[in-house]
This record gives sequence, structure tokens and C-alpha cells, in this order.
Amino acid sequence: MAGGPVAVTRHLPGLAVAALILALGLGTLAAVLWRGLAEGAGAALGPADLQAIRFTLWQAILSATLSAGLAIPVARAFARRRFPGRAALILLTGAPFILPVIVAVLGLLAVFGRGGLVNGALVWAGLPPVSIYGLQGVVLAHVFFNLPLAVRLILQGWGAIPAERFRLAESLGFGPAEVARHLERPMLRAVLPGVWVAIFVICLSSFAVALTLGGGPRATTVELAIYQAFRFDFDLGRAALLAGVQIALCLGAAALAAGVARPAGFGAGMDRPLPAPGGGVWLRLQDALAIGAAALFLLLPLALVALSGLPGLTQLGPAALAAAGRSLALALASTALCLALALPLADAAARSPFGRWFEAVGLIPLATSSLVLGTGLFLILRGQVAPAQAALPVTMLVNAVMALPFALRAVLPPLRDVQADYGRLAAALDLRGAARWRLLVLPRLRAPIGFSAGLAAALSAGDLGVITLFADGRSETLPLHLYRLMGAYRMEAAMGAALLLTALSLGLFWIFDRGGRHGAATR
Amino acid sequence: MRPLPIVAGFLLAGTAMAQETPVLTVYAPDYFGSEWGPGPQIEALFEPRCGCDLRFVTGDVLSRLLLEGAATEADAIIGLNTDQTARARASGLFAPHGQDTSDLTMPVAWADEVFLPFNWGETAFVYNTGRLPDPPASFAALLAAPDDLKIVIQDPRSSASGLALLLWVKAVYGEGAAEAWARLKPKILTVTPGWAESYGLFTEGEADMVMSYTTSPAYHLIAEGDATKKAAIFPEGHYFMVELAAQLAGTDQPALAQDFMDFILSEPFQSMIATGNWSYPARLDPARLPAGFAGLPRPPKTLFFSETEAEALRAAALAEWLEVMSR
Repeated sequence: MAGGPVAVTRHLPGLAVAALILALGLGTLAAVLWRGLAEGAGAALGPADLQAIRFTLWQAILSATLSAGLAIPVARAFARRRFPGRAALILLTGAPFILPVIVAVLGLLAVFGRGGLVNGALVWAGLPPVSIYGLQGVVLAHVFFNLPLAVRLILQGWGAIPAERFRLAESLGFGPAEVARHLERPMLRAVLPGVWVAIFVICLSSFAVALTLGGGPRATTVELAIYQAFRFDFDLGRAALLAGVQIALCLGAAALAAGVARPAGFGAGMDRPLPAPGGGVWLRLQDALAIGAAALFLLLPLALVALSGLPGLTQLGPAALAAAGRSLALALASTALCLALALPLADAAARSPFGRWFEAVGLIPLATSSLVLGTGLFLILRGQVAPAQAALPVTMLVNAVMALPFALRAVLPPLRDVQADYGRLAAALDLRGAARWRLLVLPRLRAPIGFSAGLAAALSAGDLGVITLFADGRSETLPLHLYRLMGAYRMEAAMGAALLLTALSLGLFWIFDRGGRHGAATR
Repeated sequence: MRPLPIVAGFLLAGTAMAQETPVLTVYAPDYFGSEWGPGPQIEALFEPRCGCDLRFVTGDVLSRLLLEGAATEADAIIGLNTDQTARARASGLFAPHGQDTSDLTMPVAWADEVFLPFNWGETAFVYNTGRLPDPPASFAALLAAPDDLKIVIQDPRSSASGLALLLWVKAVYGEGAAEAWARLKPKILTVTPGWAESYGLFTEGEADMVMSYTTSPAYHLIAEGDATKKAAIFPEGHYFMVELAAQLAGTDQPALAQDFMDFILSEPFQSMIATGNWSYPARLDPARLPAGFAGLPRPPKTLFFSETEAEALRAAALAEWLEVMSR
């Protein structure tokens, strides 16, 4: 089977997707650089850029490490405990990841801001207030955004440990320490590096969050420096150079993680439900504490945003509903496209001898500067199609590709397991092509595919449509509607639109995620 | 007789094609696409006058234009800021507007033959009288205010109003701008990428004052009946901000583009601006302003750097700001 033309054609769809991503990520960068050089811009990094790179790296490392680290006890607690409302709680604690940035920031400020609940309590207790603005605020916001993603991905890792291994552990009289050593740590070693890199790269390209909560230009990120090169200097060469730095940092982190990750190698199981959670009072207390603290941290800002959005709901007109409909249609189309791209790429990453390269390519969209992507696409497509006509397909494609890294993160580990556990059996049965997907892969991947689809739909619905160069000014989406309300002083209505948007995103996520888990062949 | 209707149909279609409504394409900032912005009203007023279809293409106006160069589809643009005119002018893409700007109702004389003002305002720190009954009465008083007075401003690298603040401080303090920023810094709660985020933080009660415009209170007064939002007026003067329009030299609709330029300073356009864009119209008898506007306090002095002055100051002022703010 290995080598030869069979291996090449088998990975052809994956190669095609990788080529598309490279064209979007690096091709647009090259287009911008080319144009920048043509205009004779001197592209060199100054001390301010180096300072921005340092801050970007530092906050991204802190944010990713804290998000992934804090997610472990929460995911473990969710994996071990069954209680009424567990599914709803898992769903709701996932919401921050799909909130529009400004909404999440306002929610965090309602809790941690100058006039927020925390400072209110501190003042009441006679203690000095604390300031959220600074590195602590940036990291806090990034953990708020990304903890939910980390919890879900690690929880999925827990679910992938066959129940038989837990039963065996129980019958061997393993205590929590032995379970951790023999089952949980190998699983974390396989899953955690990928989670860390994904969050690291998300935080790498942070812009609005970092600036608003960072308290000032000390919190300048590379993405803001790119924005400055465009808006302030119109220096395309510099913008492309900085965007290249951002991608290089991302790929460096991916290489590091690939070196650390080891497959867990649990082998196949019978897909039976987990044995009843054991453990004494101490373990129960620990889990309750982890879930309680995470729920409080993630849900309180969300609840305050929802509350302040209620009065604004009545101010929303038919334009808001039309915008919501447009966002919904766009989200569904992007989701379909995202899955169509993610599955072949994941398949190539799981089965090709060059799997790690496919995996790394799948991270590029996260590190791509949206400003450079939009400008590059504009330069490439100009003269071929009218920008206004390209607006819809381009938005769809960009949304799909932007959500692809998350889909890949969710689908790849179970796909690797399928390959490790059933690959030889499938080869022996000569199970190939569509039949292999239909009979083997899709049934076993139903849950992660549902999760990926939910994530892609929610992210696409919440996307502001950064590619303003293509905008035709008429087809307004809900996030754009929200932003325009804010720009027109209508803050109360904007908060109403934010609530509607959150409900729409969460609803989309819920339907897909539930659809994936309902009646799935695996837990 | 059968073929006749078909032929007639073709002929009709032909004449319909020949008389198809001409399209005037105008690049504009995103807020022109908003139903609460001036865009829809401009369309409603201009289309019957020109017998054309006015299409706003919204987004980042200057970037798009510079990327497209002479091949641009735009016939005209609207919504440019003064900090962008130098680069726009250097592109050589524009034709003179052909308007008499000697009788504009602006505090700054305007003789630019290419970029035509349609509305203006001045930078100001806006506050809530309920939260801050005793605001600083001057820029000096703001710098001397206790550090628990918190203001929120915009980043000059990503926002036009943020850049206007940079130039405002430069205009007031000149060589002493760095020291002024050093004194202001402890009071800066945070710096946001754009105006909307700042204003959101202010209305949510997170900051005591927000860097905005002298005309902002008019929105709250007229649209919400809320008189608690006020602009602090400083005797040192306020920085002038103006929004501009221009026509493209390479337009394929020169008559329509010229008509659009003629329309901008006309009465119907100008009398819509106050509540359409919450700014002062570029040419309108002040007596014709809505009551909420007429009652707004005006700064005793208006500060403004010409295009060349501002262009010469810009990079150094930014470097100075970054240095002080990163300390």
C-alpha cells in the first residue's frame, strides 16, 4: 500500500485543500508584498515592531498555557460526573468562544471593570480596587474566550479513552493517581499540545481585545502593527513582512507541539458507556469546585451581557432580522464548505506519511492576518471579477477556511485513532474511498464532526466580515448591523443586537453539536 | 403577423437598454451603508435630481482607491478625513470640485480646490453630568486632575479621532506635548482601536470622559431627550475635524459626478447633516440648525493644522506618543 501512485491519488483531495489554504494564506501575502515592493516601500522591522512581537508572544504563551492548564480539571470533572443539566452547562460554558469581541469585552468589564462586580465587592469590603487594564486583562480575556474551546477539545480526548480501559483500571484497583498515570496523562500528551498551539495562534493574531484591555500601546500586537502599516502608513511591504512574521511564529509553535505530542495508543474499544464515576468525597468536591468556578467565570459576564441586551431587543427593526437571516444563510453555507475542506485535509493528516505537514498547513488560517488576506484577495481577483459580485463567495470561503483549524483540531485525533485501530482491518477488507468514509469513518466521527460544524456555523455567524474591500454596502450581516448601531450612538439597540447574535450563534452551535452526539456510534 | 410582437419586444428592450438609468458609484466609509447614517437620505435626495442610480460602495475608501489606481470604478468619493488627503492628492486621481467655498459656515477658511467639505466638528471630551458634576474646565485642568478621573481615548494608528487627539495635544502644547501626554497617561483608562468601542465603554459607565466630538451631546439631546451628556469646553481650543468629498478625474460619468459635487453644498443636503450625521453642516445658516444643535456650547478657539503641517508632524507626534505611553 505504501508509496506508489495509489498513495498519491488517495491524498489528492487533501493535497488540493492544502494547496488552497497555502494559496489563501501565503498567496495573498505574496500579492500584497509584490504590490508593496512595486511601490518601492522600504520594508524593515523597527524597534517598535520587535517590541510588538515580544508582547504578542508573551501574552499568547501566557494565555494558551493558562487556558489549556485550567481546562484540564474542568474537562476531567465534566468527564467523570453525571448530573442533571450537565449537557446544558457544557453548551453554555462554550458560549464565550463564539461571542463578538466587543460584546465579550463589555461582559468582562461588567464583572472585572472599574465599576464591575468584583471592584464593587472589594470596595464594599474596604479593599483597594483592582484594574483589569494591562497584560492581566489581555490574558483574562483570552482565557475567557479560549477556555471553553480547550475544555471541549480535552473533554473529547477523555471520551476517546475506551471505557474498557477504565473498567480494567477499576478491576486492577487503580486509585486516581494510577488512573492519571496510565490513562489520563498519555491522553493529555496526545491532545494537549494541539490544543495549546491552537489557542496560542488564536491569541497571536489578537487585535481589538489586546488593545482595549491592554490599556494602551504597550499592548501592541503584530496584528495592530499590520493595521497601522495599512491605515496609517499605507505601507504594503511592511504589512506583508509583519504578516509573514506572524505566520512564521505560528508554524514555529506548531513544530514545537508536534515534537512534544505522542499518540496515546489506547487501542480500540467496544464503545460502551463509561463505568459509574467513583471516587470519594474529596474527589467529588474537587470536581464540583472545578465546574462551579469555570461556570461562574464563564457564565457571569455572559449573563450580564444578556441582561443589558434585553431592553435593546425591542429597538431592533426589520433590518436586524433581515441581517440575522443573511448571517444564518452565510453560516450554513460556510459550514458545509468548511467540512468539505476539513475532512479530506484531516484524512491526509491522519494517513499520509507527511501527516504533520498537513496538520501544520491547517493552522495557517489562524495565523493569517485578515487584513492581509482581504487585501491580497482583492489584488488577485481584481480585473477578474467585480468586487461586489465576489463579496458573497469570498466571505463564504474565508469564513470556511477560518473555521477549518478548529474543525481539524476536533476531527484529527479521533481520525488518527480510527486509522490506528481499524486501518489494517479496513485495508484487509479492501474498504476504500466512499465506502470507507460511509461505513467506518463517518459513524465513528459523528460527534466531532457535529462539534466542528457547530463551531464553524457559530464563528461564521459572528464574523464581522473583515474583508471590507469587497463589501457592497447592501448585504448587511448581523455583526455588521451591531457595529453600525454602535457607530451611530445606539448602544442600547446594539446590546440588543448582540444578544440576538449570541442566541443565533449558540443556537446554531447547539443544533449541530447535538445532532452530532445524538445517536452517535461513539460516546 | 406573429413575428411582429417579437420584433416589437426586441425594439422595446433595445430602447429600454439605451435609456437604462446611469449609475453613479461613490466610495464611502461603512457608516454610509447604515440605515441611521446619511447614506439613505443622500440617495433619496439626489436620485430624483440626477435621474440616476446613486450607489454607495462602503468600506475602507482610500485603501481601496489606492489599490485600484486609475482603473477604479469610483466616480466620486465621500467621507475622507484631512489626515488622508495628502496621500489621496498625491495619487493624482482627482479632479477639482468646482465649488465656491468662500462662504462656508466653518470656523476654518477652506480653499482646497479638490477636496470639498460636507460636514465638520471639533474634538472634545464628553462626560456625564450625573457622574462628573465638576468636569475639568480647561486642558490644563484635565492634565492636573486627580488620577482617578478616568478617560478613554482611541489609538491614533487605527482611528481618525485618535489621530485628531494626537494633533490636538500637539496644537495646544507643541514642544511640551510629550510632557502633556506623560501627565495625561495615568488618567487614560484604556486606548481602543476605534471610536465606537470607546463610546461604548463610556456609556456603560466604565470611564468618566471619552474622546469624542463637540456635537456628540446633540444626539443624546435630540434622539434620546437626555441632557446629561456634555462636551467639556477648553479655552485652549479644540481640534477641527472635517469630512470631505471629491470627484475622480477618470470618471466615465463626469456630468453626474460634477452634479454630485454641486449637490453637496446645496440646501437639501446640508440641512439633513445635523441629525443625519450628528455634525455641523459645511454651509448652512446657523439659524437653521435644529434646536439641540443651536444650544451646543462652541469652543472659543478652533485649532487646525493644514494638510502639509499635519503630514510633517504626524510621524514624529506618533513616535512621541508611543514612547510616552509605553513607558
